[in-house]
Amino acid sequence: MTPGFWKTVGIIARKDLVVEARSRELLYTTVFFAVAVVLMFSFSFVVDGAPLTDAAAGILWVALAFSGTLALGRTFERERQSETLKALLLAPVERAALYLGKLIGMLVIMSLVVAVVGPLVVVLFRVSLDGVFWHLLGLLVAGGLGFAGVGTLFGAMLNRSQSRDVLLPVVLYPLTVPVMIAGVSGTAALLSAEPNMARAEVWLSMLVFFDAVFLTLALWVFDAVMAES
Amino acid sequence: MPDLDFTTVRVQDVSRTYGRRRALAHVSLEAQAGRVLGLFGPNGAGKSTLLNILATLLRPSAGKVLYGTHASETAGDVLRASIGVLGHDLYLYPDLTAAENLAFFGRLYGVPDLDARVAECLTLARLTDRADDRSGGFSRGLRQRLALERALIHRPRLVLLDEPFTGLDDASAHILIARLRTLAADGAIVIMATHDFDTAETLVDDAVCIDRGRAFPIVAGSGSLRDRYRLALQETR
Repeated sequence: MTPGFWKTVGIIARKDLVVEARSRELLYTTVFFAVAVVLMFSFSFVVDGAPLTDAAAGILWVALAFSGTLALGRTFERERQSETLKALLLAPVERAALYLGKLIGMLVIMSLVVAVVGPLVVVLFRVSLDGVFWHLLGLLVAGGLGFAGVGTLFGAMLNRSQSRDVLLPVVLYPLTVPVMIAGVSGTAALLSAEPNMARAEVWLSMLVFFDAVFLTLALWVFDAVMAES
Repeated sequence: MPDLDFTTVRVQDVSRTYGRRRALAHVSLEAQAGRVLGLFGPNGAGKSTLLNILATLLRPSAGKVLYGTHASETAGDVLRASIGVLGHDLYLYPDLTAAENLAFFGRLYGVPDLDARVAECLTLARLTDRADDRSGGFSRGLRQRLALERALIHRPRLVLLDEPFTGLDDASAHILIARLRTLAADGAIVIMATHDFDTAETLVDDAVCIDRGRAFPIVAGSGSLRDRYRLALQETR
């Protein structure tokens, strides 16, 4: 009796997290990279202890996008090294469940990056989270889901390509422009001197809409993408 | 999901191309339950392509493969649950222990009573004392033994092996031969691609030569398997 859809999702995600817990390779590299990006920006945009107005939102999302791309490339590189992706494709499970399992593993890693980089941005750029914390969390979750959702699909697609490391950002960034625009604009609305909650909610709604579209498309095409025709 | 029951695998006029390169050309053969079919041929002859098609990882460009009366396109997940593959790459996660690798794939295949089955597989691989060691630290031979049990953990009906003797010492090779004989005796269909004629001599019941994408039977008779293979190869050229 093969496992059901959601059980398969859990099996794949759990395996990815156990592997990561052992090696901590993705976590250390992505966190270090994201922290380095934030620090470098802080050298330019924080002058005499005063940060540039509205810089924090852009810097937060740039750090997440760059470190997320690093993690996405590496997570599929692992499956390629011992051709374990082939073994997953040989298993009698739905391909969409493989996609969701990998996506959840990625989201957990990106959440940990946010947990480190978020407070760093708050401290370095003197951001106040009073009354905006849950909205900001919503934007980060929805934006992260959209970014990782597209990235997981293309990470899997490019797994067999020799120039996958170069191609992934080239393909990923243009496709996730709507996510980035909505994420940065919504975050900027929240982190400005006078938070505009209504505007942030509009961008959050757009992110939820993008997520629904991207995830539906990814689940729909993943089976075809993974088939070697 | 019930297992798909079949006792024959028929490859019918299968061709496969990669762009303009032809990897297989009008290959037809049959494998039966209880017998071991050996695929022999030079490097790049098309053996791995044929195994990938049998494993449902590749689609034929022309022709079809029948598992009993079922075609791969229609059987889908049920068919994959009946196939076990030991590839040239071993499909093991180096950061997981031997037991975790087996348990992970066992869960994916929905193996009942998984803990007992994992323990049984570790015993068969003679890795009980290394169960909690990461597979990345194993020698090629140990990983090969673990990978074989990984491929067999769900007791597949069709077993596909690509160079299964790579990295095995004499004792391990003999144990593998015994394991494959037992599998065939239990009703599995075993198809194996190898260059190791000496080892395969005592194992295969039927042999096929694949050369430049075409398949020719290696006829049974007097002489060693290697000599009969060379004869078959000469006749194809």
